[in-house]
Amino acid sequence: MDWTWLAEALPRAPHGGGKTWRVRLRMRRTGDSTPATAAVAPPVTRGNLYLEYDIVKLGSEPTAAVLIAGTPPDLVVRDDQQAVPGRIQSIERAAAILRLLSGRSRQIGVVDLAEELRLPKGTVHGILRTLQHVGFVEQDPQTGKYRLGAALLHMGSTYLDGNELRTRALNWSDSLASRTQEEVRLGTLHEGRVLIVHHVFRPDDSLQTLDVGTLLPAHATALGKVLLASHPHVAEELIEAGLSSYTEMTISVPDKLRRELESVRDRGWASDAGELELLRGSIAAPIIDRTGRTAGAMGIFGSPQRLFTAQVPRPELLTHVREHARAVSHELGAIPW
Amino acid sequence: MRERYIAGIDQGTASSRCLIFDHSGRIVSVSQKEHRHIFPRPGWVEHDPEEIWANVQQVVSQALSDAGLQPKDLAALGIANQRETTIVWERETGRPVHQAINWQDTRTDALLRQLAEIPGAGRTRELAGLPLASYFSGPKLRWLLDNVAGLRGRAEAGELLFGTMDSWLIWRLTGRHLTDVTNASRTLLMNLHTLAWDEQLIELMGVPRVMLPEIRPSAEVYGEARGELAGVPVAAALGDQQAALFGQTCFEIGDAKCTYGTGSFMLLNTGPRPVQSGHGLLTTVCPQVGAEAPTYALEGSIAVTGALVQWVRDKLELIGSAPEIETLARSVEDSGGCYFVPAFSGLYAPHWRSDARGVITGLTGYITKAHLARAVLEATAWQSREVLDAMSSDAGVELQTLRVDGGMTANNLLMQILADVLDVGVVRPIVAENVSLGGAYAAGLAVGFWESRDELRSNWHIAAQWLPNMEPERRERGYRKWRKAVERATGWLDEDDERF
Repeated sequence: MDWTWLAEALPRAPHGGGKTWRVRLRMRRTGDSTPATAAVAPPVTRGNLYLEYDIVKLGSEPTAAVLIAGTPPDLVVRDDQQAVPGRIQSIERAAAILRLLSGRSRQIGVVDLAEELRLPKGTVHGILRTLQHVGFVEQDPQTGKYRLGAALLHMGSTYLDGNELRTRALNWSDSLASRTQEEVRLGTLHEGRVLIVHHVFRPDDSLQTLDVGTLLPAHATALGKVLLASHPHVAEELIEAGLSSYTEMTISVPDKLRRELESVRDRGWASDAGELELLRGSIAAPIIDRTGRTAGAMGIFGSPQRLFTAQVPRPELLTHVREHARAVSHELGAIPW
Repeated sequence: MRERYIAGIDQGTASSRCLIFDHSGRIVSVSQKEHRHIFPRPGWVEHDPEEIWANVQQVVSQALSDAGLQPKDLAALGIANQRETTIVWERETGRPVHQAINWQDTRTDALLRQLAEIPGAGRTRELAGLPLASYFSGPKLRWLLDNVAGLRGRAEAGELLFGTMDSWLIWRLTGRHLTDVTNASRTLLMNLHTLAWDEQLIELMGVPRVMLPEIRPSAEVYGEARGELAGVPVAAALGDQQAALFGQTCFEIGDAKCTYGTGSFMLLNTGPRPVQSGHGLLTTVCPQVGAEAPTYALEGSIAVTGALVQWVRDKLELIGSAPEIETLARSVEDSGGCYFVPAFSGLYAPHWRSDARGVITGLTGYITKAHLARAVLEATAWQSREVLDAMSSDAGVELQTLRVDGGMTANNLLMQILADVLDVGVVRPIVAENVSLGGAYAAGLAVGFWESRDELRSNWHIAAQWLPNMEPERRERGYRKWRKAVERATGWLDEDDERF
């Protein structure tokens, strides 16, 4: 769902002095003409302020929280223009913290964050506590360290449900199966493994079983390597935990996997010529959502003999896989061709 | 020789689409354009026939140019269309005399009560396979003749032509005034046994014979297109649900398909004999290829299936998008004993109760929104079960497999629940666009692009399959509860309630 923020500074509070403002925040669903929600902030008196609100969709649970900071006159936004003039330092700092937290899968402590950002520990702590309050970061009760919060992970379009992905990919996955005459699967990353969210049978009417919901090892499948290539921190975690070998083809040496993922990242596709099962290979390409993130991977599965020539994907199959994955990305709004 | 293709036009309720298929039945390109819905009064729904004609031309050109093709690359063009929507136009100028009256339009309700009083009105089921209902084209045509000034006189003088969407498009494409058996079977004017206009029905409906199109098979070369598509044979016309049946290659007795969209339509091929339903199903004709003997089908329509998911999304705001219903529903094992009967505007087949309204029953403090989401999906499955049971008992056929298509087939949980509740295998074919495909298949058979139905069958492949996996006791207990829930939904409206 896309929301547009409308913020406006209201006339000075009747009881207030020269620096007291009330701020009204409203949010509006893109395409709707009337704001769906509204909240009026209590009077604020400081030049620089933070406002935090739970935005309540009418008639339901709070679904989002917002943090707005700035000097009241800066918040005046007319119509749809979100013209907040100037840059606000604390938001930039909060963004830097979130970026650092999203870059690694493990938790980071205040001291490390402060060092990395070259900021006083107190400042970082203040921002972290605010972010924690709105659910954007969480603190591990045992270690006291911080990680990204669930509210942030589930927010907006960056979170793409596997069922949604299947629905949007349906026509293209069918087309890929019928053009390549191979099985098609779509996968997303789930706790370091590939979760199969969609499966199209090989169109030869042989007996096949739907395996949606199955988890496959990420480092030994083309789908998984595509996903790991765009989530290097997950790859590092897997490497740290130890890479299992399934066949003599499985890449189980850490540096070899790192190099493989780097080349997957560069060329935009991955293959496995029997790394999980000797008699089954796969070729896959990423599905990109409109925020530019890898939302999933789509690929074909079949006997290495049909898919590869001397372990190199057959060019026509590879082209189909890449074009169809690209078409799904287009469907998700990633590529405006 | 260059490879040739078939264009399938899908003139639907919401949009006009053109899909181009290759010889293996694979989609080469897709183009789509939506048209306006006109709502002059509550319950009235109209389209602008000129807008639709312009859109159809545009989507065909677009689909051709997207695929880098010329009209001469098309071996034929077939039309699948929204059924029952009614148009009247001038023979001389081709100008429509009124907007098209959409199939959902209910303006003929009062007229139907009047018609029902006429002796012989009870014979429509036997003659046409249909009950006297506002859904069908005949009453809509009668309404136009009664309510638009001067229309009846001009119609009787032979100045005006009537047609459903297929007739309108074929007339514009080729200049011929005709319709096919599947579309004609939805007018309440065609005799199901002779596949010709029926004198008794025409008299009952009170419409001039002279304005009706000629009834032709669904697949034969009607003529060559003029204008931009000059030279392309126009070679098929099929009502959309019959087209989907054809696209799913349900050619044998006992083959059945169900299209799961906003509403759902289940059709069962009953072979050369029209089966009269004792359970509120419609008897309809299958697409007819050339001069072959007619085959028939039973049709069961369910008003609200996907529409319930949309309602949960837009009105309850429990989910942000339709596919999220699966995520929510999967978070629980069952519906917690909760049942949702979505009789928003009454119940269609097999109940046909316009006095029913929606209910949610079995609520306890234990029920969460996830249980409700599950009940929403189960509602589609239980409604399908009722229609399937009615079909089996009318036709005396045990269904082995149900072929499914439509947008809701992306929901894997729903498909599994469906297999569990129906106790039959559910299969999704590799081409989801079975309406356009059916139109294209019929056109391709007419021009010899495909030799036979066997060749079409060999294009049909399973993309996914769900097998029943539910203990019979649990299924029967669930079905018993569902029937109790339906009882609670019926009879809700009283005589003095406003009907809307």
